[in-house]
Amino acid sequence: MKSMKLMGAAIAGLVGYTGVMGTSLAQDTIKVGVLHSLSGTMAISETTLKDAMLMLIEEQNKKGGILGKQLEAVVVDPASDWPLFAEKARELIEVSKVDVVFGCWTSVSRKSVLPVFEELNSLLFYPVQYEGEESQRNVFYTGAAPNQQAIPAVDYLAEVEGVERWVLAGTDYVYPRTTNKILETYLKDSGVAEEDIMINYTPFGHSDWQTIVADIKAFGSAGKKTAVVSTINGDANVPFYKELANQGIAASDIPVVAFSVGEEELAGIDTGPLVGHLAAWNYFMSVDTPENAEFIKAWHAFIGDEGRVTNDPMEAHYIGFNMWVKAVEKAGTTAPDAVIDSIVGVAVPNLTGGYSAMMPNHHITKPVLIGEIQDDGQFATVFETPGLVVGDAWSDYLPDSKDLISDWRAPMSCGNFNTASGTCGGMQGQ
Amino acid sequence: MASALRLMLFAGLWLGLTFGGAHSGFAQTNPQLTPLLEKLDTRNFKQKADAVAAIAAIDDPMVVPLLKTLGAGDLYRRKSDGTYFRAIRKGSAFALHDLVSGDEVETLSKSAVERIIVNNSMRGQIDALLGSLTLRSADPKQRLSAAQSLLKERDPSGLNALEAAIEAEEQDHIRDVMIAARSAIVLYDTSAAQADRLEAVAALKARGGRSMMSLLSGAAGDQDPEVADAATAAAAAIDKELQFWALGQNVLYGLSLGSVLLLAAIGLAITFGVMGVINMAHGELVMLGAYTTFVVQDAIRSSAPHLFDYSLLIAAPLAFAIVGLVGIAIERGVVRFLYGRPLETLLATWGISLLLQQTVRSIFGPTNKEVGNPSWMTGGFELGYLTITYNRMWILVFALAVFAGLLLLLKKTAIGLQMRAVTQNRAMASDMGVRSGMVDAMTFGLGAGVAGLAGVALSQIDNVSPNLGQGYIVDSFMVVVFGGAGNLWGALAGAFTLGIANKFLEPFSGAVLAKVLVLVFIILFIQKRPRGLFPLKGRAVES
Repeated sequence: MKSMKLMGAAIAGLVGYTGVMGTSLAQDTIKVGVLHSLSGTMAISETTLKDAMLMLIEEQNKKGGILGKQLEAVVVDPASDWPLFAEKARELIEVSKVDVVFGCWTSVSRKSVLPVFEELNSLLFYPVQYEGEESQRNVFYTGAAPNQQAIPAVDYLAEVEGVERWVLAGTDYVYPRTTNKILETYLKDSGVAEEDIMINYTPFGHSDWQTIVADIKAFGSAGKKTAVVSTINGDANVPFYKELANQGIAASDIPVVAFSVGEEELAGIDTGPLVGHLAAWNYFMSVDTPENAEFIKAWHAFIGDEGRVTNDPMEAHYIGFNMWVKAVEKAGTTAPDAVIDSIVGVAVPNLTGGYSAMMPNHHITKPVLIGEIQDDGQFATVFETPGLVVGDAWSDYLPDSKDLISDWRAPMSCGNFNTASGTCGGMQGQ
Repeated sequence: MASALRLMLFAGLWLGLTFGGAHSGFAQTNPQLTPLLEKLDTRNFKQKADAVAAIAAIDDPMVVPLLKTLGAGDLYRRKSDGTYFRAIRKGSAFALHDLVSGDEVETLSKSAVERIIVNNSMRGQIDALLGSLTLRSADPKQRLSAAQSLLKERDPSGLNALEAAIEAEEQDHIRDVMIAARSAIVLYDTSAAQADRLEAVAALKARGGRSMMSLLSGAAGDQDPEVADAATAAAAAIDKELQFWALGQNVLYGLSLGSVLLLAAIGLAITFGVMGVINMAHGELVMLGAYTTFVVQDAIRSSAPHLFDYSLLIAAPLAFAIVGLVGIAIERGVVRFLYGRPLETLLATWGISLLLQQTVRSIFGPTNKEVGNPSWMTGGFELGYLTITYNRMWILVFALAVFAGLLLLLKKTAIGLQMRAVTQNRAMASDMGVRSGMVDAMTFGLGAGVAGLAGVALSQIDNVSPNLGQGYIVDSFMVVVFGGAGNLWGALAGAFTLGIANKFLEPFSGAVLAKVLVLVFIILFIQKRPRGLFPLKGRAVES
């Protein structure tokens, strides 16, 4: 009984707290929501993005804010709990009255907040590379679509390293499954035989890689150059690479190209034995441009630690935030409908020495970089696409989506227009 | 005559100077090298690779160190004058070393030097070129690695050097590798005589093993049908032999997975098995052990780097003590008020687990921490065709040692006797003068300490992050429940059974389904034998 009363008091306290937060916010600031997990399993990746957002907002305020108003960050913690993402998104929009939200990491968290953003007509900038097959009016995808990461990486391996046999290894969830489906079709279309493709899925946080590495070794001994295309999720990569190295597989024998291993993941391991394994991203911390040097300097000053690294999703937030700022200035208001109209075509500098533009399908243009892991935990760029690649919301390599296009400009205003039947499939992607 | 002698004297003097290390800088750079060195500094890897091939053909003392440095990724160019150095990172600056003599020349900032980047294919090319250049080295280790890289790259231009080296080689095991390398080159040389190529197939088959099979199956599509058939047959023969070994390899993997399960579960076998406390914070105690290892390594790295190889030996007792104390604190602070109320214990310890996780996250940050493998836990060795990695092997040994230690403690010491007495009949033990409260705290502390030891071992194979424990808690309970609560031998048998079963299922069903199948099996098993493999008999069971 006593504990019940306590609980009641705690709940009342919480409600009171959020209420206070809602009312105390002065009306002359523009509120920016940050929806990244600060606890739970995804805190490892998302905390950094929260800090990056705070830095970008602080810098914008130093420049005088937007439309003469200061920006104010509203940070919430969805605690790596997917349904909680939807609740927190609703709280940000309805209670805290934010004008825009930057957030989410995993695809499942994004899927869980989509209906909220649609219903309440707000804006979400999503900064992580993902499986595509989606285009929503209220969401801007600043990370890479599969054609901006996976396909150029496979092309590189086939052309430069002469790879003929492929292991598609991934963690068992939607991003690897969809990406591998796209890659499988792409490889078969380019003449790779069925028996030269091996697909393998592992559970989240898999740490015993002995059997799989032995299988890869066996698969790689068919006399053809073999490579592993890894969509293994963040954490499980470290034991995977350790096992590869211990079983004596070097990058010159069987190179591994990863789509989820960045500077942040490598910070936790001794990269000596990994030299030469690859990653495909749209940004590396080692990229030598004045914009990047300035960004890294600002990041180190903000976080107060010279040892912290920068990574691709941080750059995506950098691009997305600047695009939003520009679109708001162009529209003269933060009203979502006006920003959705004004942001298409907005181009801002990225950190790799070019400009990224927001396309009508709410994906952006980016260069694709392939880097090899170095012994200092950084990547050395060994390949860069000559021009920018336009993010493709609907893959051309999947039978279900090859006829779909997305264009959110009037008069089409459709996220999944079927060019074969000439109809719009509905408001929401998928 | 006299002038020739003088010339020789000069040459000797020059050589002496060159190799004595007094010589520095590029004053004597071979004029042939200069234009090629210029070509190295490009972003076009094709052009770079051509330059490397041309450099390797020049006879100059600089070539070998230059290629070695380039292959290792340590070759830097000084922007001011365009000379090349081997650079070693010193904080944010780079110490430049002369390529030939190795003397440190100066230290420059990052912006004053430019790194010459190589890619994977160039690394392979450089290995092969260095292979032909160092085949006749005086150091047998270098000769062996040269032969191995030639075998891997099978660069036809190395054939002559190989022939000569085979003649001169005196150590059998090195010569064998050289012969295999020669066979590999001949096998892939379509212009060689058929008899030679068939002989090469036979030689490679006799050598056996995974990489030879790879070489042979690569030749299976050869234009010459006889060579192709022989290669296919040889590859199939090796494959058959390997399949037999694969069985043994699977058992080994199973034992290794079992040892990890055992380590994670053995602390729980004490707290849950012996005391009956459902400790959901067990995984976090393991995580604390791993963080202790990180702190120890961090301290060693900054103050006494030469002790790094001993870091685990220092971390193990510390982790045992620290996590053991945390365990005692949890028992005294929370668990002791909840004895006999399993549901509340479960919730309370689950709360503690969240608390510990977030505390560690606040102190150390949410990202992974780097825990290095000491040299004796890196790499692996081949036993027949079995690959045994050192880290897995030592963890197996460690798990068995911890198990034996615990068994001794419980069976042969006074405190062990008291622990068993209290768990079997608390009232009678108290009557006999055993301070049961103290014994409870010690038992829980012991279980926690052992979890800390497990953390030290797991830090070697898994990520050290605040989430480390979550991955092991379910597995640990599975092992204890399956093996039979209250029995250490049960935990041992349970861990190894589950490990081996998992590893035999994995190749057929995939890793995801294997886990599911093992779980289903345990559920069915518990239906049949609710008390596990080795149920505890006697009065204690009834209470």
